[in-house]
Formats: sequence, structure tokens, C-alpha cells
Amino acid sequence: MKLDINNRQHDVDVDPRTPLLYVLRDDLKLNAAKFGCGLGQCGACTVLVDGKPVFSCVTPLALLAGKKITTVEGLGTTDNPAPIQRAFIEEQAAQCGYCIAGMIMRAQALLLGNPHADDAEIRAWLEPNLCRCGTHMRILRAVRRAQELIKTAQTGAAG
Amino acid sequence: MSNDLTISRRAVLAGTGALIFSFSASPLPAQDAAAPPSASPPAPPLPGSLKQFPYLDSWIRIDAGGSITVCTGKAELGQGIKTALSQIAAEQLDADFDKVEIITADTALTPNEGYTAGSHSLQDSGTAILHAAAQVRQILIAEAAKRAAMPPERMQTQRAAVIAPDGRRFGYGDLVSAALLHVQAAPQSPLKAPSDYNIMGQAQQRIDIPAKVTGGAAYVQDLRPDGMVHGRVVRPPSYGATLTDVDAAAIEKMPGVVKVVRDGSFLGVIAEREFQAVEAMRALAAAAHWQETAKLPDGAALPALLLGLPSQDTAVFDQHGPAPGNGKTLSATYTRPYVSHGSIGPSCAVARFDGDALTVWTHTQGVYPDRDAIAEMLRMPKEKVRLTHAEGSGCYGHNGADDAAADAAVLARALPGRPVRVQWTREQEHAWEPYGPAMVVKVSASLDATGRKIADWDYGVWSNTHSMRPGGAGALLAAQSLAQPFTPPPPKPIPMPEGGGDRNSIPLYKFPSARVVSRFLPTMPVRVSALRALGGYMNVFCIESFMDELALAAGADPVEFRLQHLDDPRARDAVSTAAKNFGWPGKAAPGHGNGFAFARYKNLAAYCAIACEVEVDRESGRARMVRAVAAVDSGQVVNPDGIKNQIEGAILQSTSWTLFENVTFDHRRITSVDWASYPILRFSDVPDAVDVHVIDRPGTPFLGSGEAGQGPAAAAVANAIANATGKRFRDLPISRQRIKTAIGV
Repeated sequence: MKLDINNRQHDVDVDPRTPLLYVLRDDLKLNAAKFGCGLGQCGACTVLVDGKPVFSCVTPLALLAGKKITTVEGLGTTDNPAPIQRAFIEEQAAQCGYCIAGMIMRAQALLLGNPHADDAEIRAWLEPNLCRCGTHMRILRAVRRAQELIKTAQTGAAG
Repeated sequence: MSNDLTISRRAVLAGTGALIFSFSASPLPAQDAAAPPSASPPAPPLPGSLKQFPYLDSWIRIDAGGSITVCTGKAELGQGIKTALSQIAAEQLDADFDKVEIITADTALTPNEGYTAGSHSLQDSGTAILHAAAQVRQILIAEAAKRAAMPPERMQTQRAAVIAPDGRRFGYGDLVSAALLHVQAAPQSPLKAPSDYNIMGQAQQRIDIPAKVTGGAAYVQDLRPDGMVHGRVVRPPSYGATLTDVDAAAIEKMPGVVKVVRDGSFLGVIAEREFQAVEAMRALAAAAHWQETAKLPDGAALPALLLGLPSQDTAVFDQHGPAPGNGKTLSATYTRPYVSHGSIGPSCAVARFDGDALTVWTHTQGVYPDRDAIAEMLRMPKEKVRLTHAEGSGCYGHNGADDAAADAAVLARALPGRPVRVQWTREQEHAWEPYGPAMVVKVSASLDATGRKIADWDYGVWSNTHSMRPGGAGALLAAQSLAQPFTPPPPKPIPMPEGGGDRNSIPLYKFPSARVVSRFLPTMPVRVSALRALGGYMNVFCIESFMDELALAAGADPVEFRLQHLDDPRARDAVSTAAKNFGWPGKAAPGHGNGFAFARYKNLAAYCAIACEVEVDRESGRARMVRAVAAVDSGQVVNPDGIKNQIEGAILQSTSWTLFENVTFDHRRITSVDWASYPILRFSDVPDAVDVHVIDRPGTPFLGSGEAGQGPAAAAVANAIANATGKRFRDLPISRQRIKTAIGV
């Protein structure tokens, strides 16, 4: 079947019951989305489907025809990071970092849908995603910094 | 030999290219180690891990092109060790930070520094690299001086070159020759003055983070060597269950299945594609029949069970003052349940067997001991087994990493030539990891005649071992289940001064009389091993909770009361710094409480004091940390932001253990097997602010930071809850239900 991943069309020949995560990791060799639980409980596998955060570990391919899928790799690169990635680097918002790609994607959905979310809204939005290292304070700071980076870029572009 | 070595970390991680070469990460040869008959006094011991690996090129290699490679036997666990060790090397070598490459734990490339554990990495490896780099710089200066025909004292170093007074520049790469750095370290090193540091002590962005936020290959999970297949194991339903029967014929015919592997009660499957392996594993689990024999204790009666087990008792501290206390006497019993490491990513490993040699990529904390265990399990010579560390999800101690490596090894042996990637399920990680042990502490203390100070202190701690790491093959789940099984070695206590269950059981406070007894319990109803801080979490929770109980009895402010019993100036400094920056004692809002706690990790590593404010909702019993202020003294600071990150993480993780966590089981099986049955801290539980003050001690030994916050955070939370509710909670976790029951709304 055809999948639209990070603005590119991919033809994959996989059993349509296969969860998206395995296709991202094994067929497309994308590293960012992680296997954490396979149960939709931790958020390490979070990607965007039509701009909304989705647990890719429990989302079968059959549901994804015609949808736009975005992973961390679709946001930016180390040389040209997206604001949310830059913010995570500037805040050093990782310890082991295993949960971080999922955090970034859930935060990205918030930046798209509610760019001026306040602190309480950010916390509530991130609630489904787990971090075991206790990096939460930095993750929260990174999301706020990303809001600022985007605002500054928009002000700059407007001026 | 090793000076022309150029290693790409990526090549190492990807396992591409030939990386087999001789290298000097060898311990001191026996003939060197034997003391020569001599009248001269013995040389002072070498610093850090140089003691075991004295050759400078075990640690620092420079090739002809000037590339600098640092080798450490310690592993990156997300604690930032690659960055901190690179900072140390760059500083002492006078090289640019970003020009230093680092290779971590690999049995073919690096020294054997045992486990990356116990907050030892800076102390062991950091100290070795500090001195090795300084001595390498001195050797390069001497070589340049010889070539320039100038005295070495007139040479300077900058940006990986030696500069002569006349301006001639000798790049490090031009100066090295075959054996220049293959020399043993001297006991003394020409270290830079800390006032001249411009890399150590500065906040340095971690080198591993960019890949982690952009989808780079950062973890063992991301390895995809050519021809890789996917393995999954079927674990028994309970401890010690034996596989009586499995009809695998149908599973072998499933799409993509390459092989079903059965060896005794070890059961696994290999498939071409990952989800095929998952589906085959599920089918195999459904087809397997087990005989279960486990008898697990009643979780609700666990403390009584532990107190009733036979114990090996050791008085680890016994001091008798002039007279017993004749003031008020308090006694208390504290308990903690089994606690899960709960790594966010289940354990994973990739192994390739090539007929007579095995390579395993693993996130173990100890490549050498795990290599030895796997070699023993497969009855292979150690030299034929190579373990390369690749990062995994945070482990916080002995999680499933070593077992997953063993699983991959057993499956790879069954399919020579194909790399086999094994990833555990969430349920396997939760059910089979070795937990942090359940513990009980009984303590009593008396105040003196003035009623203001503690006169005597009597403390006993009941605990299983806190390390069942390999060791031998018997520590590995796979090895225990083979047709020719290996049995786990008898559990042993970790001796003081570091200690296991008794880690941090001796108060740092000075009391006229004190007795501390470690009651080691060899019988282990549940699989346990090392969890971050070991017994230090529970003992600091107990000592610091009880100090607050005694302060209350003495009518004293908790911080003042601690300072009255504390004479170590660095301890006092940490306590005062946290208190001052918190605004102690402050005035808590209604429903809020403030708490304080302090410890020096292991009584010999980092000092950490934490003050926090907690709010308690009387209706629901829900407690949430509102803010925390910590002060930490880890000796000479290398990466201050790295220390802050570790302490922030410690405070949140320890708060999670303290408020929420409890491994559950029925009479036979572990029942907390996912995040629904084992809840942990979430964003709605996160404080408004956490503020960490790093106290730098320039020029003093590195003390490590990875575990210093676990105990103080737990006790600070407990003390704040007591302050908010007027009730003392001595049983962990201090759950919503326990609070609600106690405050009786």
C-alpha cells in the first residue's frame, strides 16, 4: 500500500494489520519513533497523522491510507533543526533520550494546533507520554522555548 | 601499535569494517604487577582506573593525522558520561572539545572498568583520563622540546599543538610515533591549575543529544546490520516454571518464521520481519505448556515475612558514648516494597554468531562481566566473544539488559551468520527485570538530658542483596532455563563502606552512641538486583524521616537540628545552601508542607541536600511536589549542566518511587506488568520548579552525581507530607490511598 510519510510517497508491501511503528523502523529505517510498550501506554512511538499525535505501536497500516504521517525525521536535521528540535538541544532536554522523539512529536502537534498554549495546557497535553529519567522540567522548558523560537521567527519574517 | 588507529564511532556502532587489532587496553602484566625486590619505598598507587590499566595509550590515542581518541570502559547511560570524559581529556590535553572522539565500553577496544555503576564513572574513569591526558600532554611537550632543541618549560600547548617560544608549531599528530604513548603512567601528573580550566567546569552541550532529537542512530535498537533477523523470546509465566510441552509445528510455518529455538525451558523464535517475530512469539506463547512451581509471598504481609527470614547480621557501626540518653525515646519501623527500574524502552540486543566467534551489541552496564557470563553460558572461550556497548533506554541499574544480550546470543548461535535482534516486550521487562529489593528498617533513638540533641541511636536494616549482576552465567535468565542449566550464584552482601542494603545506613550525623546492624537476607522470594542508589535510597529515607521525627520531639527546626549534629563542613555547606535558596523554613500555604533532607551518598561520594514544598489534597489524598531546591557538592565540577540534569532527574524519579511505585504479585506470578498496573509519575505530578545549586570544589576529587539525589528526595517529600498533614508515613509508597486513609477525610 501507499503511505505518505514526511511528505514522500512510500510503497510498502506489508500485512495491513502491521502496526505503523514496525514499518517506520524496519521498512523505512527511521530511528526516531521508539518501541516502548506496544500497548499505547507510554508515548515513545508517538508520530503525527494528519497533524494529530498517534501511538504508532497500536495503529495498523490499514487505517493510514491517504493520511499524512510525520515523524521526527520530517521536522528537521542536526544541521537544520526545526524549532522544537533546536529547543530540546538548547535546553539539553534529554537524559537517556529514549522518550524524547515521542515527546517532540506530541509537542509539535500542540505547537501546530495551539501555538500559544500556557504552562497548564502544555502539561495537560503531554500527560500521555512517560519519561523515566525525570527530565520533565527540561521538556517543559523546551516546549516553551520552541514557542518563543517560532514567535521570534514569525516576528522576524513579518518585519 | 595503536597510534595509527582511527576509529569511527559510527563504524563501531554499526559493526562495519574490521575492528580487530591489537591494542593496549591490557591490565598490568603479572610480572610488572609483582613487586620487584627493592629497598626503595613502594610507588604511590596510580590514580583512578590507571591502577588496573596503567598504559597511557589504553586511555588516550593520537594518530598521525592528529585525531584524538579517548577510550573509557564506562558506558553512556544517558548520564552524559561521553561528554564529561571528553571535557576532561580536552582540558588536560589542551585540545578543542569537539576534536576529541570517545569510544566507550567495548571488550575489543577499551579497558575493563567493570560496571558503569555506583556513581563511579568520574571517580574511576574520569580520574584515569584526567591524569593520562595530563601525562600525554607532558610527553608531547618533551618530544617537541627535543625537536626544537628548547627546554620543555619554555614550550606551551594550545589547540592540540605544542608551540615553541620562536613560534614553531608542532601538531600532536606530528609528534606521536609508534610507542611514544605506550608507556605506563607515573603516580604524579602535571595537572593544570583549576583556575586555568576553560572546558572543565563549563556547561557543555551533550554530544549525544543532537542525534537523539533528530532520529539519528543513537541506540542499540537502531542497529540494522545486513542480513539482520528479528528474535523474540517466550518467557515462562512465573519464576522457575519449566516448559513441559510445545507444539511448534504450526508456528514454524507462519509467514517469515526462520526458526523456533528450544533449549530446555528456553523458548524463542526468529523471523525475517519484526512484526512476524512478534506474531510468532504470541502464537508460541499460546502453544507452550508450563509447569509452575513458584510460591510468592503475600505482598501485604511482606515486612513481616522479611523480618522472619534468617539473616546474617553484621554490626557495621558500633560506638558507645559515656552515658545512654535519658531524654525522650522514639522508635519507628519503615518499609519499602519491590521497585521496578521501569526502563521506558524494553531491553534489546543484537548478536551475530560466525561459527566460532560471537559479537553482541548490548546496553549492559558491564561489557566485560556480561561477556564472561555469556561465554560461560555458551561454553565458548572468552576471547571469542566480543561485547560492544550501544546505548539503550535509561536503565538505572541492573534491568533486563544483560538477559536480553544472553537471549540474543542463544538465538544467534542457532542461526550462524545472521545478526539476530532481540527486543523484549513491555510485559517481559516489567515481569522479569530484577527489582530493587523490598526492605525493612527498625530504628530507635533517645534525646539527651537537655532534650535538644540525640544521645544514642540504634538502627537495623533488613535486606536481600542489591547485586545479582553477572557474575557468572547463572545470573542470566537464558542460562537458567537451558537444558543444561546454570544456577544463580548464592547472593552476597556488598561490603561496606559502599555497602548494599546497608549503603548509607550509618548516619553522617555525630551521636555519642550509635549502633547500626545490617541484617542480610540470603533468601530471595522475588528476583532482585541493583537499582539506582541501592540501599542508599531506603536508608536515607529512614534516617532523614527519623531525624525529622526527632527534631519534632526536640521542638527544633529540622534544618537547625541537622546542623547541630553535623560537623563535616562540606555537609553543612550543602545543607545551608539548599535551605537558604529555598527560603527555609518559610511558611507553607494551607494544605502545603515543607520538607528537608540531606545525605552524603555512600558517606564518601557527593553531598546532596534537598528542600521541597508539597501540596496534599485532603479529599483525594493526592500529594504533589510543588517545588524543590537542591544543593549538590560533587567535588571538582566537570559539566555543571550534567550534574543539574542528574539531580533534577533524581528528584523526579525518586518522587515517583516514593509516591507511586510498588511491584505487585499474586501467590505465583508478578502482576505489575505494564504502565497501567505499575503507574509512575506523569506530567500532572511534576513540580512547578526544581532548582539545583552546584557547589564547585576546584581541584578536589570527582565524587560522581548519578545517585546522590535518590535518598534525599524521598525523605524531603516524606517530611513535607508530614509537615502538611501532621501524619508520619513510614511505609513506601506514600500513596494517595495511604494518605487518604491516614488523614481520614
